[in-house]
Amino acid sequence: MNRTAAPLEKSTASPTPQSPNFIQILFNGFVDLIDRLMAPLQNLLGVQRMAYIFVLPNLLIFGIFIILPMILNLSYAFTGSTQLFPADRPFIGADNFARLFECSNFLDPNTCREDVFWRAVFNSTIFVIVQVSFMVVMALTTALALNRKIMLRAFFRSVFFYPVLLSPVVVALIWKWILQQDGLLNAVIVSLGGTRVPFLLNAEWARVWVILISVWAQMGFFTLILLAGLQAIPSELYEAASMDGASAWASFRNITLPLLMPTMTVVLVLALIRAVQVFDQVVPFTNGGPGTATTYMVQYIYNTGFTNQTREYGIAAAASVLMALILFTLTFAQLRLTRAGQNES
Amino acid sequence: MKKSYLLLSLIVVVLLAATSISVFAQDPVELRIAWYNDGNEGEVLRDLLDRFEAENSDIRVVVDTIPYDAILNQLPVQVQAGEGPDMARVTDQAAYRGYYLDMRSLVADAAYWDASFPAAALAALRLEGDETGLYGFPNQFTVSAPYINRTLFEQAGVEVPSDSMDAVTWEEWTEAAASAAQATGTPYAIAMDRSGHRFAGPMFSQGAVLFHDDGTITIDSEGFRSMAQILIDWHTRGLTPVEVWVGSGGTYSAGADFFINGQVAMYMSGSWQVGRFANDIGDAFDWEVVPNPTGPGGSTGMPGGTFMVAFSETEHPAEVARVMDYLASADVLREFSERSLFIPAHLGLGELNFATDNPLAEAALVAFANEVPKLSDQAYQLQYGGQGFAINNPIRDRLTQVIAGELTLDEAVARIQQDIDDALATAGQ
Repeated sequence: MNRTAAPLEKSTASPTPQSPNFIQILFNGFVDLIDRLMAPLQNLLGVQRMAYIFVLPNLLIFGIFIILPMILNLSYAFTGSTQLFPADRPFIGADNFARLFECSNFLDPNTCREDVFWRAVFNSTIFVIVQVSFMVVMALTTALALNRKIMLRAFFRSVFFYPVLLSPVVVALIWKWILQQDGLLNAVIVSLGGTRVPFLLNAEWARVWVILISVWAQMGFFTLILLAGLQAIPSELYEAASMDGASAWASFRNITLPLLMPTMTVVLVLALIRAVQVFDQVVPFTNGGPGTATTYMVQYIYNTGFTNQTREYGIAAAASVLMALILFTLTFAQLRLTRAGQNES
Repeated sequence: MKKSYLLLSLIVVVLLAATSISVFAQDPVELRIAWYNDGNEGEVLRDLLDRFEAENSDIRVVVDTIPYDAILNQLPVQVQAGEGPDMARVTDQAAYRGYYLDMRSLVADAAYWDASFPAAALAALRLEGDETGLYGFPNQFTVSAPYINRTLFEQAGVEVPSDSMDAVTWEEWTEAAASAAQATGTPYAIAMDRSGHRFAGPMFSQGAVLFHDDGTITIDSEGFRSMAQILIDWHTRGLTPVEVWVGSGGTYSAGADFFINGQVAMYMSGSWQVGRFANDIGDAFDWEVVPNPTGPGGSTGMPGGTFMVAFSETEHPAEVARVMDYLASADVLREFSERSLFIPAHLGLGELNFATDNPLAEAALVAFANEVPKLSDQAYQLQYGGQGFAINNPIRDRLTQVIAGELTLDEAVARIQQDIDDALATAGQ
């Protein structure tokens, strides 16, 4: 290994007839300072290893804000008490996990010791299945429509993407204002002679609205991805199919769907991951209610660790480890499917 | 190149000089108070602190007004993490035990503090085994009791039960309020804040006994089930606004807006609402406080109140003690209570001249004062015994699940007991 690489080339201002101005002097001084710091370092480490110095700031940030919290979370999952600092928390082995899994019938949350955790798991499962299916279908339909030569196409593309730009809290508060008991929608219903509908006070209604609103808020993002996928399909294929007398449905089934499948896979997995993580929109919208009807896994973790008067950080950490496993599996599936798609193509 | 070094050196010297100037100028010490408002007390506090700052130019006090929910949910974590304010107004005083600043050697006259505030209140801030720590003072005493909209009762031609009877049960109040609401077309008869603390008074009145001599806590009792059933029935009969208990997810929720807007005939809350009602209801209708309904367990509300506390993480303990000394002084507390329409917890203030010409507010304060001698031992134990943190929220959340149809009352009782046992076990680890 050559450790005596040539020193960095000094950056000096090229001689000009005019005297250098203030900014130039400052810049030159700064470059010279960096040079004086880096040159000995490069001599010490060699050119090849200097790369580590340049990625060090990013590695530090990643380590402090990602890796360290993950390790801390894992350690919390195996400790008890309501104390915040790890040093004050006694090691209790897998008791937190055992408590989460203490169930006589996993299909009935009422038989589980941590019933609210299992309610959250069931709520999340139903939410993920329904919301993702509905969103992928809606996003695909919208993308197909926006891919056609329709009037005001650019305008509609903006309109469908616009909710994505809104903060989830803003989305939640706007819809809450519309749907609450004395909200806009009920005012319209009453003015038409109807009676108020408990949109946010009835468990079924609340679940439906949480799904609809999250689809409304996120669909534009996935529509955009699918639209890009649709535009990548060569138009010659459709022309050839048309010349062969293929119907629109046949073209869709045999050309569009197969060629869009890699993009669909990405959309599906991204939507799944986002659905499992649902939290920011629901808390200001229903705060998990009525009862626990719209309490999902992240909110359960948040409530258990931070809003309950008894702050059970250990249980919250154990639940988040389980959730991390689910997300890891989904991410792994995405990578495998994407890679498989790339190999096929 | 020499020129650039010279320039860089000059910039460094100028920056250092600027920093030094600000250090030598001796800016006043800045202290922060985390505060929430029920009524106008934040304005009163600011006014009092402005006077303090005028006489103590070396201290500046910033009042961070945050929602009550943040006081309950976020402040404890901040304090545990060492990121809390210097002082705070809190209601869940047990949550911060061990994190308070002991001001006994810092305040001007610790004996004044011991003599001026109830010993039980000062002890409520101490960890077990600590008998001398001086961590704060109660700056407001509260009592829970129901309000009624008397105008609605009169318009309905329904007699207010407590006008003719000394002891009125919750069942009798429910029927009277339902009749008043029905006759006047008022949307709801009765409301209660979504809070374990608010439910506790009626629960004890109905005969519930939580705390036993052997130190155990039992939730299952006739009294608890009786009051729980009354609350559930209010919902099934459509007598109460569902939004309060079912529509607010897992947090505290008050029914005050329904009462202020004349949408409910009877409202179970507490003395901290007097100032707000005096301001917000105005002369829209006549409101008053009625005695806590009576049952086998008596006629008790819940004691409560807010504490002004100081935290040990402060970088300026001496200055914090000076501010706390000022806020705990008799004259300041008197003015604070009179202008905020709060019942003081100071033992030596004597008769107060509340700053209101609203006879309804004055009568309400008297009515609340009359409730104090009726408070039961169980109620005091729940509020100051240090175990309320494990009891109040499970009662609130599990009863909500019953109302929402997720649990039966039997299941809820078992769940509450388990939640309490788990919480105490976790806290004791």
